[in-house]
Amino acid sequence: MSKATGTFWLGRYDTVKTRFSILKKIRWGRYAVISIPSLWLALFFFIPFLVVFKISLAESAIAVPPYTDMFGWNVEDAILDVKIKLGNYLYLFEDSFYLDAYLSSVKIAGISTFFTLIIGFPMAYFIASKSGSTRILLLTLVILPFWTSFLLRVYAWMGFLKKNGIVNEFLQGIGIIDQPIQMLQTDFAVYIGIVYTYLPFMILPLYTTLEKLDASLIEASKDLGAGPIRTFFLITLPMSMPGILAGCLLVFIPAVGEFVIPALLGASDTLMIGRVLWDEFFQNRDWPMASAVATVMLLILVVPIMFLRNGKKEGSE
Amino acid sequence: MTQETTIPLWKQDGAKPFIQIKNVTKKFGEFTAVDNVSLDIYENELFCLLGGSGSGKSTLLRILAGFEELTSGQVLIDGIDMANIEPWNRPINMMFQSYALFPHMTVAKNIAFGLKRDKVPKKEIELRVAEMLSMMQIEEFAHRKPDQLSGGQRQRVALARALIKRPKLLLLDEPLGALDKKLREETQFELVNIQDKLGVTFIVVTHDQEEAMTLATRIGVMGNGIITQVDEPRDVYEYPSSRFVAEFVGSINLFDGRIYEDDVEHVKIKSKKAGCNFFVNHGISCSPNQKVTVAIRPEKMKVTRRQPDQEYNCLYGQIVDIAYMGNLSIFRVKLKSGKIVRVTLPNLVRENRNPLTWDDFVYLAWDYDSSVVLTS
Repeated sequence: MSKATGTFWLGRYDTVKTRFSILKKIRWGRYAVISIPSLWLALFFFIPFLVVFKISLAESAIAVPPYTDMFGWNVEDAILDVKIKLGNYLYLFEDSFYLDAYLSSVKIAGISTFFTLIIGFPMAYFIASKSGSTRILLLTLVILPFWTSFLLRVYAWMGFLKKNGIVNEFLQGIGIIDQPIQMLQTDFAVYIGIVYTYLPFMILPLYTTLEKLDASLIEASKDLGAGPIRTFFLITLPMSMPGILAGCLLVFIPAVGEFVIPALLGASDTLMIGRVLWDEFFQNRDWPMASAVATVMLLILVVPIMFLRNGKKEGSE
Repeated sequence: MTQETTIPLWKQDGAKPFIQIKNVTKKFGEFTAVDNVSLDIYENELFCLLGGSGSGKSTLLRILAGFEELTSGQVLIDGIDMANIEPWNRPINMMFQSYALFPHMTVAKNIAFGLKRDKVPKKEIELRVAEMLSMMQIEEFAHRKPDQLSGGQRQRVALARALIKRPKLLLLDEPLGALDKKLREETQFELVNIQDKLGVTFIVVTHDQEEAMTLATRIGVMGNGIITQVDEPRDVYEYPSSRFVAEFVGSINLFDGRIYEDDVEHVKIKSKKAGCNFFVNHGISCSPNQKVTVAIRPEKMKVTRRQPDQEYNCLYGQIVDIAYMGNLSIFRVKLKSGKIVRVTLPNLVRENRNPLTWDDFVYLAWDYDSSVVLTS
């Protein structure tokens, strides 16, 4: 995105210089094409984010909406009051509750991402190694869960994991355990839920890179004396890095902010930032505090991605 | 490359072949890619497998590299059965058609890859990589990534990477296929020089007969999974053993005919399409009245406006097409029967006062030993 806007501005400068060039029309056409997604992002991402950011600098109040205005206009003396409260952010760091929630979210999302990668990679590899119709069938199977509601699928897991659920009954049936295991309302259930839900987001980008992986590279590696395991770590894995990165981001980012899964499958003390947000908004009705939590979460997610992007650019140069 | 002083190994009785391919068959489902092929290749050879696409030549190469399992048969390299030896344990390296350079590694790392896997000491790796880089004249690209190289440079890197382990046998899959014509010609000679210098046995797969001719010590012509002829380049060209080889290697004019006089010293053949009788001055094993094909290369015919003094091997027709190629011209001559004959003449002089031109009637004649009789 940053690159697109970059060229956009550069381009505008350019067109001023070459105002009378024949290319002008073509260039404007190009920017028209870029401007649609840019506009979309501005309208539905950037502006709402600014609104949230603005609210985070306000004070909680009993009003509709439940926060104070940033700008006050004193008509008599024509004074513009600007009121910016940084206390919400300070409070985030004062109360270890929020920090714990962030850390716990990142931990849960990180571990889940790791497991989706471990499970997703062999699946993607298997699909990519198949040909034609088998491949399409397998890919359809990967996407198939999306055809039912996400909520429904999480509820289904409740049915699996509860005390008298299918898993417990099966394990008791074959005599591995005598007493049902507490699985629902544990971190374990949250991990299962996240890994299950986000697995397709890992498999699909992995599949696209693995599918493009030239089979002769694998053969060349073997031909030069590397066995299958070494070939995997020396060739296949580094070559599929773009897919691994894309998949991890696609899983990690939504997993950090996940609300439904920890709410339905997790314990009451499973601390995740999504739940904190929910509580601030709907239980405490403290919108400024909730907005501050959301803003910091966004920063936590965006900053590492920006570093990743920069690293990638340098790597390719 | 032609070994003038010594008799080549394949002509010596009892010479031990380096690679023995014994009754090798490879099937992909119903399709037979390689059909009961037996072939001996000797040490230091530069053997070319020549064939069109789908002829099974690449499959045979991949069998040697260990990438394809045999349906039946046996492959021995230096007397050792390769059946249960994995690709990474074979004393063979391969240069892939796509070069298969590792895009995430620099040129130097690509070349060092094989040595590192063999746990060669670091110092020695550096030394040998440097040596290989200078031999291939690619020192300046050592730290570039493959996608920053031209096709010719990549080809050199691929060759360097395949040679650095000093394999007993190097397999090359269409090694020059991706290069333009000029570069290809240069590289052909270079390849022969390198092979000569290192004494590695090369097996080259190619569909380009010119390439096979210049490179090879011997050529194996493949079609439909079968090796139809194995001979030195000259013999493949001058004495094709079958219609398939004759047509595949170079261009040739074929006349179907019937033997009407069969002698120990010569045969005479009648051909309706040609409008004349053929005389071949060597006996062939055949029965009288047998159907045969007489084959004559386009450059072996003499073209005259006046009728030559010759009863046999003399065609008469009209020029319908001329293609000027610079060094030679190709004429397409239409016979009375409608058959088109292809003739090439070298352009020996710059200005021809009385050049052959369209619609000229000409006689095409050749010597008794110029044509080949094909029975299959």
